This record gives sequence, C-alpha cells and structure tokens, in this order.
Amino acid sequence: MIDFDYARASDIPDAIRQIAADPNAKLIAGGTNLVDLMKYGVVNPTRVIDITHLPLNTLKETASGGLRIGALMPNSDLAYHPLIEERYPLVSSAILAGASQQLRNMASTGGNLMQRTRCFYFYDIATPCNKRVPGSGCSAINGINRINAILGTSEACIATHPSDLCIALAALDATVLVVGPTGERTIAFNDFHRLPGDTPQIDTNLAPDEIIVAIELPPKGFAENYSYLKIRDRLSYAFALVSVAAAMEIERGRIRDVRLALGGVAHKPWRKVEAETALRGEAPERKAFTRAADILLQDAKGYAHNAFKIGLARRAIERTLTQAANGTPQIQAIKKIR
Amino acid sequence: MSSSPFPSGLERKSTSKPAEISVRINVNGQEHRLAIAPWTTLLDVLRDHLDLTGTKKGCDHGQCGACTVLVDGRRIVSCLTLGVITDGAKVTTVEGLATDGALHPVQQAFIDHDAFQCGYCTPGQICSSVALITEGKATTADEIRELMSGNICRCGAYTNIVAAIQQAMASMDGKP
Repeated sequence: MIDFDYARASDIPDAIRQIAADPNAKLIAGGTNLVDLMKYGVVNPTRVIDITHLPLNTLKETASGGLRIGALMPNSDLAYHPLIEERYPLVSSAILAGASQQLRNMASTGGNLMQRTRCFYFYDIATPCNKRVPGSGCSAINGINRINAILGTSEACIATHPSDLCIALAALDATVLVVGPTGERTIAFNDFHRLPGDTPQIDTNLAPDEIIVAIELPPKGFAENYSYLKIRDRLSYAFALVSVAAAMEIERGRIRDVRLALGGVAHKPWRKVEAETALRGEAPERKAFTRAADILLQDAKGYAHNAFKIGLARRAIERTLTQAANGTPQIQAIKKIR
Repeated sequence: MSSSPFPSGLERKSTSKPAEISVRINVNGQEHRLAIAPWTTLLDVLRDHLDLTGTKKGCDHGQCGACTVLVDGRRIVSCLTLGVITDGAKVTTVEGLATDGALHPVQQAFIDHDAFQCGYCTPGQICSSVALITEGKATTADEIRELMSGNICRCGAYTNIVAAIQQAMASMDGKP
C-alpha cells in the first residue's frame, strides 16, 4: 500500500462533500476489497474517507411491505437477520455461499455491490488491463481466461462481477438508494452494474460523488421456492465459476412467477426477462427449464479456457430451477447437490 | 519519462507524508494509545507496535485466516483491517484467551486433539473457533467445516481441528 491520507466522515452530507471534493479519494467501509486492491497497487487513492461511523446499519420494514437494508449492515448480520432468513432466504443463502465468516463480518452490504472484478490481470499491475489502465489492452482475451465471462463481453474486457449477494438481489428486483450533492435517487438493481463496452473501467452507474445509503427489497421474497447454487473450483471460500439464483411461485402445478439470475458469467448479474417469460404458465419441469436455460445462454461465447462454462451454466440452471420447484434449496454447508 | 512504479495515471499526486493518527485500542483488556500511519493494518499494529506476535501474517490478503482476531467479539482478518478504523475497539488476540493461567477450552481442545502440525495457522484457527462457538450457527461437522473455511491449514490438520472444536463446543455450551 502506498501512502494515503485518512479522513473520517461525520455524517452523510459530509461524506458526499468529501468524496465530491477529491476525485482521487475512496470511501472505506469493510475494506475487504479496497485494502486488498491498495496492497496490490491496483487502486491508489490519495485519501481514504472512513464512513464506518455513519448511521447506516439498520434494517427496517418499508411501508410497501418490503425491507430497507442500511448500506453499512455487515454481510453476516444480513444473512442471519430473522426477517431475511424468514422472508428472503435466497439473500441469506447467497451471502453464505460467498467469502468466509471473517470477511462477511467485515464486509458491508453497500460495499458488496462495489467489489471490483477478480480477473487475474486486473490484479497484476505488470500486465495490460483496460479496466485498470484504460486503453492499455485486455490480457485475458488471449490469456488465461478460465474464470472470465461468457456473456455481455466486449473486445475491451471479459471480466466477471464477483458478488454472490448481488445475484440474489438482481433476481429479487431490489433497488439501490443513493445520495449525491443534489439529493437522493433510486437505481433499479439491474441498472446498477454495467456491461464493459469500451469503458470497462466504470463498473457501476453510481456517480463519483454519490454514496449508497440503502438497498430496498420489494415485498415478494419467494420464501417457499428458491435456491442459490454456486459451482466453483473448491467446495468453499472460492469465487463462482457459475452461480444461479432461482426463485418461483407455483400455483396449481404451473409457474405463476419466476426469477433467474446468473453469477460468474458476466460483468454484471445476468438476467434476461425472455427466459422468465418463457417459464410463466409452464409446468415446473425439466423441459421448460432447459428452454429457459437456452434463452438465457443464447448469446454465450466461450474463450480458450472457459467455453466449459456454457454447458456448466446450462446444467446448473436446470438443477437450480429443479431445486427451487421441489422446495429443496441448496444448503450451503452441505456440498452434495440435490 | 516518469520513474513511478505505477502505470500512467495512477501516480501519487502529492509526495508529502501523511500525518500519523492517534488511536486508542483495547487489546486483551489493556488500553493502548498509539500514533499510527493511515495504512498500518491492525495486524501490523499488533505485531510491530504492541509486540503481540501470536497473531500471524500469512497471505496478507485475507485469503488464509492466519491473522484472525476478535474485534468487539467478532472474528475478522486483521490484515485487511486498517488500524485507524479500529479506534475505540476491543481486540482479543490468541494471547488474550487464557484466564488466570488456565488455557481457554478451545486451546486445551487443540492440544487434546493434536489439531496442528507446524502451528503457524493455529492462533488464527483458535480465534476463529472461539468466535464460531459464540456465534452458535454451527452444530454439525459439515457446518463447522463450512464456517471454518476462512482458515487454511496447509499441514492438513482439518480432521483434528473439527474434533477439537466439537470438544470445546460441548464443554463451553455456547459461552465465550
């Protein structure tokens, strides 16, 4: 880590003022990704603004019957919160599929959305990377790209988004509440993260002078029929090669509503409304699941080492939808896939 | 040409040395007032400033768990925690677990079950286990393994670590 100044934000307006005043500053909450990136010299802020003292760690019910999660609520507290476990078990399961308990105790809900990619070349400052140094080139496209994206890629970047929680939040149509110098605005979860295009250095649509204050979950939590399945190179504490969040509502033997989002395959949580539309009204069976998987993976493109992800994702989608339909969600502590 | 070790656009804009910051940290029941640089991690505070070398530096990137300590009763990795952020916190390291010369039940269980070989990961394993038991989320061996996955043991003492935790869990009955 190179030298940087430290400042503490006294309240939300102060945090916005400080971040707006210094384009080379970074906010710090849990620090699990930022401190790591600073140690590698990937991110080199001149100033770190500590927001850990802001009153943003509560979870409240909203007037519409949903939940408002404060941006500073630690991942572990969120995963084990009784209202989350009871009404949004998909969120709980996705969090517990990621990182370790130590990191989940540190990492904040808002910070989870702001994680950078785990592409090896992004972390290796000796190699070109358009996300780290715009215009320097992408080392992954013709390099070791086993962990990289198969959907929504560009010539400039094939990095993946690393979060598990975000895949569940995308599936559940969460919204992100942000505050900037001109006030508060909401960003639909699926509009929060970006595809790389020709500006892969910009991960999200959060403006540089805005901060995340809360995440809102709509009332519908799909607590009966859901599953989060994460496929990775070791059984625990590894980033996803492919992960699937599935949630559905079944009425009289037919799928009434359904959600499907993929992790580990794109620069953002991957959802496609057409795949969900194709499932509505169908019987919750393998044939319909396969068709949904085909639609979701329609534009998938493999590179030298990651083409296996396309078939893996197809089978994982079918399996996760089956788990959700049967009411037998993947248990994160038990590694056997049912 | 710039001689900066960083890619273009990432050079530091100023070369003045940031001021040290005064922090108050309670470690194992003892209050400390220290002046530290903003980039000093809690791990380096413990080892280099307070000579508490029980906490180990393994990967220094939050991947191995050797630096696990308890901050306000919760297990965290001290290598990714800036010391300045722990201002006012209560920290417990492996040196603070024994009381009145008697080993903590988890420490005793690690000895009883021979739950280590080289011992380098052990302080982190023990701190992590103490928190695991207080959290109360693990009852089965599968759950212990999953919730201890942030602590790597390259000697591969995992089987005995799980057995040690089960013994301590039974004797502690959920108390720290």
